[in-house]
Amino acid sequence: MFRDSSIIRWRAYKDRYMLEGYECSSCGKKYFESKGMCPCGSIEFNEIEFSGVGKIVSFTQIHSGPEAFSEQGKYCVAIIDLAEGARITAQIVDCKFEDLAIGTNVEAVFRKFYKSGEKGAIHYGTKFVPKF
Amino acid sequence: MAGIIGYGAYIPKYRVSAEEIAAVQEANANAIKRGLGLTEKSVPGKDEDTITIATHAARDALARAGINKKDIGAIYVGSESHPYAVKPSSAIVAEAIGIGNDYTAVDTEFACKAGSATIQINAGLVDSKMVKYGVSIGADTSQAEPGNALEYSAAAGGAAFIIGSNKESLAIIDKTVSFTSDTPDFWRRSMQAYPSHAGRFTGEPAYFKHVIGATKLLLEKTKTKIEDYTYVVFHMPNGKFPRAVAKIFKVTEEQLVPGLVVEKIGNTYSGSSLLGLAAVLDIAKPGDKILMTSYGSGSGSDSFALTVTEKITEAQGKARTTQDYIDRKEYLSYAKYLKHMETIH
Repeated sequence: MFRDSSIIRWRAYKDRYMLEGYECSSCGKKYFESKGMCPCGSIEFNEIEFSGVGKIVSFTQIHSGPEAFSEQGKYCVAIIDLAEGARITAQIVDCKFEDLAIGTNVEAVFRKFYKSGEKGAIHYGTKFVPKF
Repeated sequence: MAGIIGYGAYIPKYRVSAEEIAAVQEANANAIKRGLGLTEKSVPGKDEDTITIATHAARDALARAGINKKDIGAIYVGSESHPYAVKPSSAIVAEAIGIGNDYTAVDTEFACKAGSATIQINAGLVDSKMVKYGVSIGADTSQAEPGNALEYSAAAGGAAFIIGSNKESLAIIDKTVSFTSDTPDFWRRSMQAYPSHAGRFTGEPAYFKHVIGATKLLLEKTKTKIEDYTYVVFHMPNGKFPRAVAKIFKVTEEQLVPGLVVEKIGNTYSGSSLLGLAAVLDIAKPGDKILMTSYGSGSGSDSFALTVTEKITEAQGKARTTQDYIDRKEYLSYAKYLKHMETIH
């Protein structure tokens, strides 16, 4: 369910704005979302900043998205393997769906997510574009 | 004085051609292109605004500066298209580039010179040792009313500069001066979607008086001549005005053209002269001298004399060039351009 809240968005600034994630201090595995425990058994994690480059693992096109995204028309969403090893789902912009492929190199950009109506806050975060 | 230790440019991918606009305005495209000295302009993506453009440019500037970003003590975003009337673009950009919380920030507005003025502010803060590094950004997604002459030129883009000590600089600011007066050539009233302008009055008593005034002042105070400069950048509301000023000062094509980015991207307002400076820094060599004069309606010009250092060579390759962004493009129909500008939904 799509929840439109400035506060929820504000709590996610670190990962949505900066692509900050976590690295297991024992085995070095990297995660975009925080984990209670790594499969290696460690519960210790260090905060890291991802470089923002990666490859598309899978992708699709959304023809009828949430109302807040209606200004964008149809848009592309992909699962991306970041260069450091973590996996993320994000919008791919500045490209045509037909030009995307599994393995396309992408890089992170800072873009508008949506606006909360005419008077509400503007929400920003990380999307990806094909590397050029 | 302080200097530039990192710089970055950003121009959105989308373009609309003068032909496309002229077809809708039922105007002669060739006469427009000849008259304005430009062929197309940049248009923001549907999810781009001044804040996203400023962030992109600032990230490239940081990549070139190679500093600990927590040492940044000030960030200023100059624009006439801040997305919020009340809520600072500068704080959002600072959060997005991750400089922590130990910094001062404010948004500035002085038409097209809102960005260049922040370079002066940061140079003052650095020289007085109030901050170690300051970020100066000029970025815009310029507005133009459909049917207005501005529609051919009002574009989107921006550039960011990290200001630090002259020892760390890739280009030292030798001198900066300003030339300012109350001149009603162009304005946008509160709550109005589009700016208004005084037609031909925007030329002689406005742009030309201030750009020429500031440039003359800089040459006098630095005791230099125009031929001492490798590159010369004047604010670019169109392709015609900077060429006319260049003729007055006897600036050569070799000095002017590398920074004359307007012909392919239009007038990026607060980003205009700063993108010209970034384009020149992309190709500058140690020892080169650069003269840049901005212009903001209302009116004022900031003029800078810079000397490029040996640090430029390494910095140039650390991020994309202005030309990389100019070359990346996708043309829009007029209807799609209106949608990108949120004129239609």
